[in-house]
Amino acid sequence: MTAKITYADVEVGTELSAQTFPVTRATLVRYAGASGDFNPIHWNEKFAKEVGLPDVIAHGMFTMAEAIRVVTDWVGDPGAVVEYGVRFTKPVVVPNDDQGALIEVSGKVAAKLDDNAVRVDLTATSGGQKVLGMSRAVVRLA
Amino acid sequence: MALDQSFVGRTYPPTAAYEVGREKIREFAEAVGETNPVYTDPEAAKAYGHPDVIAPPTFVFSITFRAAAQVVEDPQLGLDYSRVVHGDQKFAYNRPVRAGDRLSVTSTIEGIKSLAGNDILDIRGEVYDEAGEHVVTAWTKLVARAAEEA
Repeated sequence: MTAKITYADVEVGTELSAQTFPVTRATLVRYAGASGDFNPIHWNEKFAKEVGLPDVIAHGMFTMAEAIRVVTDWVGDPGAVVEYGVRFTKPVVVPNDDQGALIEVSGKVAAKLDDNAVRVDLTATSGGQKVLGMSRAVVRLA
Repeated sequence: MALDQSFVGRTYPPTAAYEVGREKIREFAEAVGETNPVYTDPEAAKAYGHPDVIAPPTFVFSITFRAAAQVVEDPQLGLDYSRVVHGDQKFAYNRPVRAGDRLSVTSTIEGIKSLAGNDILDIRGEVYDEAGEHVVTAWTKLVARAAEEA
């Protein structure tokens, strides 16, 4: 495993490049097929509203997959990720229009650990709401 | 109704092997908008020291969640799946999942809690390759929301 960032180069507080990930209904249909999660709350507005949701929502695992890209794009080798965990705090609501929703993700180094590993804390928001909580990744740097 | 606490610690039999294919990884990577060639180009993966293309970090959830279905659908446990939402998710990797892996999952119920009428179920999935080596552990917290007052 070879990360392009070295442990010596980072310190607590180092910020990773923030990214914005667009998500439309088409994105969700595609993710449903690729992941095998066909829960209708992710593509059927009528069903979503019947179970008390404001509209169709993104798969939590889709948001989780997007958020870690801030870390993997930073280190280069996704194999450098040792741990990754999130709490799904609020759904990403995806309206049926051309724009859909945006997931905005930022991250910074929160701790330097043993064995060249660092902990990165991620923040993910959509529509001004925090959609992930306790979103943390441990990555091994070069 | 609260779930039976005696299910805590219960381990379900290992699942039949899931064979990870290069094209399935590509499909997943494209679905999440990934452009890193380590997911699609074996040469790019080798440059990082991987024997074949690797899967994005959350890819393995498709496999562990299928395995967790044994727990979720266990009639003796009696979880109301129509009320379930995904609470937390965590992975600890020994190595990345890669094309050619034949992965089997052993699911264990780590915890059952009842909080304000919600049932909270913690499931741990241990993922092993064909050689019996540990690849990744997935922890999934499911929350079955309390039924609305009639």
